Amino acid sequence: MEKVNVTINGIAVSVPSDYTVLLAAREAGIDIPTLCYLKDINEIAACRVCVVEADINGVPMRNLPASCVLQVQEGMNVRTNTAQVRKAVKSNVELILANHNRECLVCKRNGSCELQKLCDELGLTEVSYEGKMRKAVVDDLSHSIVRDSSKCILCGRCVSVCRDGQGIGVLDFTHRGFNTEVAPAFDFSMRDVDCIFCGQCINACPVAALKEKSNIDDVWAAIEDPDKIVVVQTAPAVRASLGEEFGFPVGTPVTGKMVAALKRIGFDKVFDTNFSADLTIMEEGTELLNRVTTGGKLPMITSCSPGWIRFCEMKYPDFLDNLSTCKSPQQMFGAIVKSYYAEKFNIDPKKIVSVSVMPCTSKKTEAKRPEMQVDGLADVDIALTTRELGDMIKQARINFPALADEECDSILGEYTGAGVIFGATGGVMEAALRTVADILTGQDLKDIEYNVCRGIEGVKEATLTLPIGGVPTEINIAIAHGTANAAKVLDAVRAGEKNYHFIEVMACPGGCVHGGGQSHVSAKARLDVNPKVNRANALYSEDERQTLRKSHDNPEVKALYADFLKEPNGHLSHKLLHTHYHKRDVYCQD
Amino acid sequence: MQNECKCNCNTADDPRYVELKAYIDSVKGNEGIAMSVLQEAQTIFGYLPLEVQKFISQNIDVPLAELYGVSTFYSQFTLTPRGKHHIGICLGTACYVRGAQKLVDKFVAELKIAVGETTEDGLFTLDATRCLGCCGLAPVIMIDEDVYGKLDDVDAIPGILDKYRG
Repeated sequence: MEKVNVTINGIAVSVPSDYTVLLAAREAGIDIPTLCYLKDINEIAACRVCVVEADINGVPMRNLPASCVLQVQEGMNVRTNTAQVRKAVKSNVELILANHNRECLVCKRNGSCELQKLCDELGLTEVSYEGKMRKAVVDDLSHSIVRDSSKCILCGRCVSVCRDGQGIGVLDFTHRGFNTEVAPAFDFSMRDVDCIFCGQCINACPVAALKEKSNIDDVWAAIEDPDKIVVVQTAPAVRASLGEEFGFPVGTPVTGKMVAALKRIGFDKVFDTNFSADLTIMEEGTELLNRVTTGGKLPMITSCSPGWIRFCEMKYPDFLDNLSTCKSPQQMFGAIVKSYYAEKFNIDPKKIVSVSVMPCTSKKTEAKRPEMQVDGLADVDIALTTRELGDMIKQARINFPALADEECDSILGEYTGAGVIFGATGGVMEAALRTVADILTGQDLKDIEYNVCRGIEGVKEATLTLPIGGVPTEINIAIAHGTANAAKVLDAVRAGEKNYHFIEVMACPGGCVHGGGQSHVSAKARLDVNPKVNRANALYSEDERQTLRKSHDNPEVKALYADFLKEPNGHLSHKLLHTHYHKRDVYCQD
Repeated sequence: MQNECKCNCNTADDPRYVELKAYIDSVKGNEGIAMSVLQEAQTIFGYLPLEVQKFISQNIDVPLAELYGVSTFYSQFTLTPRGKHHIGICLGTACYVRGAQKLVDKFVAELKIAVGETTEDGLFTLDATRCLGCCGLAPVIMIDEDVYGKLDDVDAIPGILDKYRG
């Protein structure tokens, strides 16, 4: 890339010609404030907080351009810290505050709010503009996401991430002027539109206009109830992000501390979704082999991600038979707790409250699906996000960083490295390949790191040769993360351009590690770290540390089959661990 | 929550949808067609209800929220049916100082509807407009394409309305 020379606050820098002034300033060690800006997702100069003074070869630019969209030019001279700029930025933020519900002390984002932080940095001490406020619309009808327009600052980050990032477009700017509201079409609740509850909008939101529906109080109530046995499972990706709630760098693995904290909170048993991730591989791997050898529907597509399932049900119903019938690890875990575990320890399953901690907001809705119960008992009673667990740990006043590592309880706490990597894009595929390859070759293969599955490229493809029925057979795989990428893969399959056997889809970009329930990473922090990469690395490093790294080697999973389920895809498995899907219409008026 | 749509949106046989589909097919592939398709639909249907916008969204692959955003931003679009005749009362500065508010009050009283609404018989829709660009005629109103200028006498209004009732 050609370089251009610019001067920012008197500091000369040479930067690639496609840089914006905002990025060039960072090269010069100068921090320009931003609010609506979210790198690569929302660069629309809406908030006017990143404005600067600039001239080109001595000719001043008109007004104060927004540095997030101002491309560098040879001879550009930028000033970010002048009286005029400071005054403009301050006024612009005050205007935002004039129409913002400033109940910071009792706000979900108190402490993680980017607007709050900006006000602190700007040293605002008053809001000069008082007047009419936007009408507050609170939509809390879904199980997953709450939208509160009184907090919305119209930055458009959620609009961009949903429409451009995920390829859906649930939210947009509606009406105009003072009445502008970021909302779904025709005043629908997010419950009734094509929202998959992935929560990427929550991660993008700088304030608390979008947040998860909290179930913390339900969990405290269950723990307080002496008649209830409260068990908890934590998804693989949670351990890669939970530490961020307590100031650890993004992607610090905190498995041992997490387990210790859950025990101190008062859960009766602390288990691990990694266990049921291993179980999922046994069921899903067997299903894949059955489909391949008996001429079943191919490509088979993974079904762990409830956001993806909703997307498929709404947008690609012609692929429903391609979805693996396996429930997700969250649901499998719940079903096993209330059957096998209850039976083994002689517990009335009605007394069990099955709690999950997930990196995901869609899991809350998945847990409420009518299909996700056995004999009238929900597999999972309460699904929390990583952030909610962080809040509970804070409420319990546990000194998280000081906790010594502890281990999960038996018999549903053992897991292999294959279960751990489920949280990253490509992880389910890699875990499945480790098991399927062993079964097909009849060997204990040592070469188990499938690098083709790793990384954050939008769509990953590979062809592997595996012996099926003794005959070396080419198996085509694809991995997509983010629903926009999933749509690309499905469109190619639909058009007959691609011929895959097995496809892994995760609804969130980067997979579960970057799910909508994970700890907030500010727009500013995202300029330096990529949570998708850092958190995935945390999981891959935990995988490396495990002695057992293949799902079928998990001794507790083996015992589950020997003592209870008998065989993968058997009668009992189908009752407890498998499900079905249906087409879903949206935007329907009664 | 319901999973299957119960609403009556069978569009296959409705000639208006056939006409809209033909228009969409004629512009499909071009960049930024949402605006022109909405305009065409507004002309064909007279308004842009949910069913029409759903149909457009599915046929041009633009999210419904985006279409809704456009259709609620521009005043040329309406989400509710409009009357046969459109009354626009200019509330620009010149008309306003020449007593346009009195005209508004009179129309509201005569038609028994608020500004922005349509009479029950579907005959009139009443709107307050921005400057119509003929301040010399202030206060001015338009009914459809007819201009009524220097309308100082509010008692002339019933007679004007009668011309459209015939």
